[in-house]
Amino acid sequence: MKNLKYLFVGIVFGIIFIKAEIVSWFRIQEMFRFQSFYMFGLIGTAVVVGFLSILIIKKLKLKTIDKQPITIEKKESNKGQIFGGLLFGMGWALTGACPGSIYAQFGAGFLVVGVVYLSAVLGTWCYGYFKDKLPH
Amino acid sequence: MLELIKQPWHWAIAGTLIGLLIPILLLLGNIKLGVSSSLKHVCAICIPKNIPFFNYEWKKEIWSLFFVVGIVLGGFIASAFLANPNDIIVSQDTKNALQEFGITNYSELMPVQIFSIENILTLKGLVFFVIGGFLVGFGTRYAGGCTSGHSILGLSTLQLPSLIATCCFMIGGIIVTNLIMPLIFKFL
Repeated sequence: MKNLKYLFVGIVFGIIFIKAEIVSWFRIQEMFRFQSFYMFGLIGTAVVVGFLSILIIKKLKLKTIDKQPITIEKKESNKGQIFGGLLFGMGWALTGACPGSIYAQFGAGFLVVGVVYLSAVLGTWCYGYFKDKLPH
Repeated sequence: MLELIKQPWHWAIAGTLIGLLIPILLLLGNIKLGVSSSLKHVCAICIPKNIPFFNYEWKKEIWSLFFVVGIVLGGFIASAFLANPNDIIVSQDTKNALQEFGITNYSELMPVQIFSIENILTLKGLVFFVIGGFLVGFGTRYAGGCTSGHSILGLSTLQLPSLIATCCFMIGGIIVTNLIMPLIFKFL
């Protein structure tokens, strides 16, 4: 089953998300109050590591393990990044969760986060429903 | 080794490991890091309702659901076997600010004074779980990505839309944390 490897990657990174404390509501509070360097240092390091890895992948013209080409698509600019970005930021501050954290928090035993998750699915659905009426 | 893993990690180590998620997913299957799209796939599978946005071949994106189920399992493993037995270390300034909201318990990663089952049917629960969750789902899809897709992958690939999105995530979070949250705790 070729998708099982993503389950495994998810397990490893679920552990990392918890141990890195990025799923912690407290860490997100520190970040939005500029009272700790932790999250800024962490995200900055991740971006540098990501940038360097992609540089290496491109320089060495690496392919996937199935010998498929690796591509990076350009993201399209629109007003969604502004309006949606502001709304997500607000939700992030309240819940302490970006979507990845919700899964890790739930696994870590904060079952009440299941409510956050269902609400996030509903929010996603409502975006799909009202998409054409929203400014982009 | 196990003792070392249980301790709180330095941000540079944590950041390096999370950054490595980008090349790992690319090399495994030309997959672009992104977690919020899993929410879209759940909608597409469970409640598509003829909405064009949810009518696509989600079977091709099924890796995403394996990945997030993995994150749930990883979260369980980390908290069951690798947890730090001590209080989470939070900056004193933040502790002072949160004390005014009545948040004083640092024994878990999340404040148990908010994220407890008893709060589900309260106004606090409505704001922090229901409205908060809705904003996360609606906002990430509207923005076309979340912290992983925009702030980590998008910035790593030098994409301007991701920089704009990341700045807006910060602005939204700063406004709620510093202006709205004091009001929430005053009235709820």
